[in-house]
Amino acid sequence: MKYSYLFLFLSLSLNVTAQNVFEGQVHFFDDNKNKQPLEGATVYWDNSSIGTVTDKSGKFSLPVSEKFKILVISYLGFDTLKQHIHNYDNQQFLLTSNTDEQLDEVVVSKQKKTIQKSYFEAQNIVTVNSAELLKAACCNLSESFETNPSIDVNFSDALTGTKQIKMLGLSSPYLLITEENIPMIRGASQAYGLTFTPGTWVESIQITKGTGSVVNGFESMAGQINAEIHKPLSQPTLFVNVYSSVDGRNELNTHFTQKISDKWSTALFVHGNQRTQKNDKNNDNFSDNPLSKQINLLNRWQYIDAEKGWVGFANIRYMDDHKQLGSLNFDPSIHKNSQLFWGSEIDTRRWDSSLKIGYVFPELPYQSLGLQMSYSQHDQQSYFGLNTYDINHQSFYASFLFNSIIGSVKSKFKAGVNFMHDTYDEQVVLDSYKRTDYSLGGYFEYSYDNLDNFSLVAGIRADSHNTLGVFLTPRLHARYVVAEKNIFRGSVGSGRRIANIFAENQPLFATSRTININSQSDGVFGLNSEKSWNYGLSYRRIFNLFSRPGDLTVDYYETHFQNQVVVDWDNYREISFYNLDGKSYSKSFQVSLDYELWNNLDLRLAYKNYDVKTQYNDSFKQRPLLAKNRLFGNLSYETYPNDNNALWRFDTTYHQVGKQRLPNTVIYNNEFSDSFSLWNAQITRVFSNRFEIYVGGENLGNYRQPQAIIDSDNPFGPNFDSSIVYGPIFGRKLYAGLRYTIL
Amino acid sequence: MNKLIIVIICLFSFACFSQEKKSKSEKTSIYVSGNCEHCQMRITKTALSQKGVKYATWDIPSNQLTLIYNARKVDLLDIQKAIAASGHDTDKFKASNQVYEELPGCCKYDRQAEEK
Repeated sequence: MKYSYLFLFLSLSLNVTAQNVFEGQVHFFDDNKNKQPLEGATVYWDNSSIGTVTDKSGKFSLPVSEKFKILVISYLGFDTLKQHIHNYDNQQFLLTSNTDEQLDEVVVSKQKKTIQKSYFEAQNIVTVNSAELLKAACCNLSESFETNPSIDVNFSDALTGTKQIKMLGLSSPYLLITEENIPMIRGASQAYGLTFTPGTWVESIQITKGTGSVVNGFESMAGQINAEIHKPLSQPTLFVNVYSSVDGRNELNTHFTQKISDKWSTALFVHGNQRTQKNDKNNDNFSDNPLSKQINLLNRWQYIDAEKGWVGFANIRYMDDHKQLGSLNFDPSIHKNSQLFWGSEIDTRRWDSSLKIGYVFPELPYQSLGLQMSYSQHDQQSYFGLNTYDINHQSFYASFLFNSIIGSVKSKFKAGVNFMHDTYDEQVVLDSYKRTDYSLGGYFEYSYDNLDNFSLVAGIRADSHNTLGVFLTPRLHARYVVAEKNIFRGSVGSGRRIANIFAENQPLFATSRTININSQSDGVFGLNSEKSWNYGLSYRRIFNLFSRPGDLTVDYYETHFQNQVVVDWDNYREISFYNLDGKSYSKSFQVSLDYELWNNLDLRLAYKNYDVKTQYNDSFKQRPLLAKNRLFGNLSYETYPNDNNALWRFDTTYHQVGKQRLPNTVIYNNEFSDSFSLWNAQITRVFSNRFEIYVGGENLGNYRQPQAIIDSDNPFGPNFDSSIVYGPIFGRKLYAGLRYTIL
Repeated sequence: MNKLIIVIICLFSFACFSQEKKSKSEKTSIYVSGNCEHCQMRITKTALSQKGVKYATWDIPSNQLTLIYNARKVDLLDIQKAIAASGHDTDKFKASNQVYEELPGCCKYDRQAEEK
């Protein structure tokens, strides 16, 4: 914006050198009542098209004319100055700040929502900002969704303590999870990848329901989740977060930021966590959560040259994670590969690097180019009892994007190409699997916005993949607004992917089940690739009730699979993978209500219903370990900040998880789990902008799944199974932590 | 195919820069009276619905409307005329009293000051 005036002025100044010029300087008083030059203030002749902005020293010059008498100087946060100019001698101007009043107004009347639902976008996007992320203080991306009704967080097994996310009734492999729009949680990192991004690194999360945009690939089937990491330019100099919980988990996060020049800044994120204490609250002689140790380092470089229109990011990241799980008496140095005690170790090392370059045409702010490249190497070595599972996954991704308009900014388009190359090398018990996937695709996405009540995004991509072949992926999103308060949205789109059956179903290794792959085709693992269509409708109503704002959203989405790799857990001696022969769908319905009950007291309620059914070999039935009904409630309150910005924050979240179908095993026969509820709460005391402490508890009702591990007394026997998990293993968990910031 | 489109578009945009007068991407900034976000919507929408206007943003504090338009297709005066017809005074044209009176409350910018 600023530069457009500058541009205007530059072009004008060439024409007016012969004319008289009026020069001046603009100042303001800073917090210490010192007079400072004001850079970037807009200066123009009232009722004219002649304007400029002040330079670094607050100076400006404007061409003069008889017609122009009133000079206007404005700057956000300052009272606009209008002054009659009698003579054109150099003059000094002083702007007075109006920020004090403005801040008060903002605090009293409008606080930024921590979860924002899209209004203008055609897509159904929920944005979660960092203030919302603080509500779940621990620990990483997988837990960042606990206070958000769009995503369900489940427990993946009884041993690793890993949480798994689901959206629209489908688990994370059916979502495209990106970090700064680069596909991230996929392939080998599908099982534990969400725990490899510390929560404090995350600036915001965007959740798109439905297939989303075609820009980032064809793999999203039910939704897209994008996490934005903190940018060096907008980070405090130092941030420290310490966390400790009663189950023996300790975390340390430190972020260091250094501004190197006007254009360059860098940040170093250092994360470490460990759990050194074994817990066994359910007395099954197995640790409720693993011993663990993780080091995670990220170095980011940011380049920005706003005048010339260049922006860039370079990132390098290293992660080393170690987990030990299993029997309380298990000592890996003695008992590994023996049948004395059952135990497991999972070692993961991961390198990530990425480069992003963007160019915005300075003369044409609506036109830009973008290039993204990333390379990652993921190496997991693990054993579960006597089962070995190693996976090495190397991935290269490159994407080129061009943004511009057709006619005017009402019609925009994105066009580009992406290339993806993945090599997998897996050792599964005694078998080894190697494969390479690569694909090259081009896309075109058109978006139209009439700037009022209608917008649309229509995208199509064509990909050529070495095993999926050549195929098209169309996706369409539309939005229609009635009377500014009723927003209707619809979307339809397809997605495809290759199921990484072992990487995505790692809990199978901590069972005595035999692996049965019913190979019927020449696809990967002898199975077909997966293909689905997703369509959905959403209605959002913004309202005022008792002069307080509220928001009601109703979503209905269906995902239908044409091809799917069915994962069949219903024979307790084996796990079978086979091609879908019949129907498979997921239908999800959600109603959510946001309402401000009182000043700063916000309520969020949601009810979710899932109907997820698949044709298995024996029958058409509900998918196991998925609650048909879920209730969600979140209540948060924040006091007004005092002069030192000190305040209190209270937050509590309630989940009611309905009964879930359990796969048939020795102890379950066509049974459903109990319905249960989870209660989390957190209190934060902010002392100043610099320092805050928090205490909280998860699962305050102390609910524990009875008999989480089947036949835990006989872990090498035929019935041992730790994969049938529908609720928490560890009961109530209390934690405390602090955050320290130097701006 | 997509690459071809990009190349063509890039060529076009270079061609734009090389034009001296009657540019296809003329950039300018004019004063348009208004107050609030509703005005912002109306002003940019009106500007963009003129054929040939590619880009329009109206800044609330400075009341400056930045435009990029194809000067061969549309004249700046016509854009200003259309904006005035929607209720917002520009430096060249004044909105009719009738249209002005129909503006929502927050958009009733101070007309007295303008006439000084």
